[in-house]
Order: sequence, then structure tokens, then C-alpha cells
Amino acid sequence: MRNSLYKKNIISINDLRRNELELVLNKSAMLKKKPQPHLLKNKIIASCFFEASTRTRLSFETAIYRLGASIVGFSDGNNISLEKKGETLADTISVISSYVDAIIMRHPQEGSARLAAEFSNKTPIFNAGDGANQHPTQTLLDLFTIKETQNRLTHLNIAIVGDLKYGRTVHSLTQALAKFKNNKFYFISPDALKMPNYINNMLDKKEIYWKRYINIEEIISEIDILYMTRIQKERLDSTEYANAKSKFVLHTETLKNARSNLKILHPLPRIDEIDRDVDYTPYAWYFKQAANGIYARQAILSLVLIEKHL
Amino acid sequence: MEINKLQVEAIKSGSVIDHIPAHIGFKLLSLFRFTETEKRITIGLNLPSKKLGKKDIIKIENTFLSDDQINQLAIYAPHATVNYINEYNLVGKVFPTLPEKIDKILICPNSNCVSNNNLITSSFIFKKDQFSNMNLKCKYCEKEFSKNIVLSYQ
Ligand SMILES: [Zn+2]
Repeated sequence: MRNSLYKKNIISINDLRRNELELVLNKSAMLKKKPQPHLLKNKIIASCFFEASTRTRLSFETAIYRLGASIVGFSDGNNISLEKKGETLADTISVISSYVDAIIMRHPQEGSARLAAEFSNKTPIFNAGDGANQHPTQTLLDLFTIKETQNRLTHLNIAIVGDLKYGRTVHSLTQALAKFKNNKFYFISPDALKMPNYINNMLDKKEIYWKRYINIEEIISEIDILYMTRIQKERLDSTEYANAKSKFVLHTETLKNARSNLKILHPLPRIDEIDRDVDYTPYAWYFKQAANGIYARQAILSLVLIEKHL
Repeated sequence: MEINKLQVEAIKSGSVIDHIPAHIGFKLLSLFRFTETEKRITIGLNLPSKKLGKKDIIKIENTFLSDDQINQLAIYAPHATVNYINEYNLVGKVFPTLPEKIDKILICPNSNCVSNNNLITSSFIFKKDQFSNMNLKCKYCEKEFSKNIVLSYQ
């Protein structure tokens, strides 16, 4: 397969075509099966975290070290001289891009990764989260985990539970899964945290099945993937929150009619939306999902940085 | 010729933006930074118009607007006409059409959008929603807004 990801910026999951997503997933599977500790030997990658995000940073940095590349960078924008000296993001990126082979970037403002790509002089930018906007490698690891557990990315029934309004991971995941045939979406959320219209409209336009449900029990026997997300207390008033806790928290009893192939995913960190007892069921897959982040990130890094893959 | 009958002093050469809705003329002057040139500019505000009731008009001497500029007029003044004048004669007439994208002149309503915080230029693409309403999608934060929200956010 031709590697169309070579030298591409990875800013938004929407920029990737279906065959490119497949390329990343295949590469992730290969790297999981057979590690390649020297694949990115001699590459230097900047890890620029303008806001702290320990989990994502460690996942990226582990992926980089496991491919034999080196890292320069910073882990908290508030404590770096760039910010204190008032240098613009554009200037910072323009300078760093002349030092390294790629830039991983986390930034609190939406669109910052797209902006960075305009000033990086063709050094590829990997968006590790730009405000509430995009976090494409999270979606890649979600897709990889779904494919790994179900052996396909088509003909799936996917329930997405929790904060569907502000949860960028569920928006991106829905957009990505909508590129594959015959998937059905079951959205379960408090009224105040419904999936935004632009996502529903996109599904309608593509004639993809989606429906809102009130609680998880209703659909548990029909679904292959149960994607849980956290509801932040401050998003709801206290009655709504109490209500949400009863309907949108997952207990082992809720799982008694589950399909045997059901897998529960969660972008983590979880607070209390998944009961700890669920961890011991065969359906719990969120920690394995987080572990897959390393392979998905290795895959996208190597595809962007190396043109030819044997 | 109609041009010679206009209520605003005729120009020898340049562009006349006609049929601007009343009260929009002033906005266009600042948005399109027309006043930042050394060129002589004549404006007429609240002039009688058969088509619009009242209209504004802007004349800029020795300047011919680019196609991009003309098309960008379409979001504020969809019925505007741009007349090109040479030696007091009308030598061309252009009607703006809605562009595919619009750079620089709008501000993204998302206060956490990087385009509001880094003194860079904004960039929007036009998108029709399922009700055929015109929306504007910010290239940076990827958020989509109805046209009126973006236009009123100045
Ligand atoms: Zn924006």
C-alpha cells in the first residue's frame, strides 16, 4: 500500500481518509506483534506540552522511545521561558521545527495545531489535543482497540454513554467510525449533554443509523462496543447529576444480558462512571485500550516519518 | 449613462461599490481597510434607492478591487454592484458571488479559538446546513457557526 501519510500533519481525524485509517491500524497491529526498536533511530522528536497532560505525554514518549528515537521538549507550558517571554506560538513552532524531525503538540487553545502546521516549515505536527477540539491519536487507539477486539470496523453496534456534548473523543470516534460501513450508533446521555447536531446531521447525511436511549440496560443485549465517558459534575445541576448517576453509571448487574463479544472502552481517567467490580469482568477493556495507545502512536509516527514500509 | 447621474461626485477612474444596504457602507470601509490607503474615497450614506429603499455607496479612486475582495462583499452586501470607471465612463460591472472561503475580515466567535489569541488572520469556509442555511466553519477550531452569528461578532 502506498504510504500517503508520509510527511503529513496529523491535526484532525477528519483529515484522514478511510484507507489511511486502515493503514495506521494495520501498522499498529504489526508493531504490537513485532516491535521495531530501531525504526526511528536517529530521529529527534519534540514533545511540546503547552498544558500538562501526563497520560498522553507518557504514551507518546514511550512510543517514541520504543521506536529508538530521541525526545526534546517540555511538559508544562506555564513553566517554560517561551511563554514567560511572550513569544507567539507561531514563532515558537517556527524555531523548534528547525531543530527536529517532528513535533508532538498539546495546547489549550482550539486550532493551535492547525496554526502550528502553518509555521512548522513542513516539519510534521502531531496534535496531542488542542483545547476541546481534536485529539486524533486517541481516536486511532480507540479504532485499533475496536478492530482488535471485534476483528472488524464494520457492522458494529456501538453504544456511547455519558457526556456526548463536550466529549471530543466521542465526536471524533463517531466521525471516524462513520467512515466504515453499516455501523449503528446508540447515544445515551443526560438531556443537557446530548450529541451535538453537527454529528447527528453528519450521520443522517450518510444514512447511518443512530438513536438516543435513556439507559444502558435497554440496549445492552444488542451492542458490541460500550464506550463510556465521564460526566463532569459541573456540567449539570444537582438533580440532573443525581439522575445521571443512576442511569449512566455502569454496574456488573447492567451487564447480565451482554453479548459475549461485548467490550467496554473508556478514554480514561474514569471517576465513578464504571463500578470497580466491572474491572474483573471479561468485558472490561479500558486498560488494554490505554496500553494500545503506544502501538497506535508508534504506527502514526512511523508512517509520517518513514516513506517506505516493508 | 447612469453613473453620471449619481448623487455622489463622479470619479475619473476607479471602483464604485453601489447598492450597499444602508448602514453597511461604514462597516465595509473599516472591515476591508479601504481607509488605510492614500487613495481618495467618497462615500454616500442613506441615499435613495429603487432596489433597496436606502443604500450606501463607496467610490475609491484609482483602485480596482480584486475578485477576492469583490466576492467577500457578498456576505455583507449580497446585492452590491461594483462598477469600474475609466475617464468617467463605466467600463465594467461586476456582481459579487459568495466565495468558498473568507479570510482575514471575520472574527471567530469561539473565544478559545487560537485565531483570537495569536494575532493571526482568521479563515472560514462556507457550508450549507441541511436547511440550506449558510454556515461558516472556522479553519482552526473546526467549529461551525451560522453566518449571522459570525457577522454580528465584530
Ligand atoms: Zn475558530
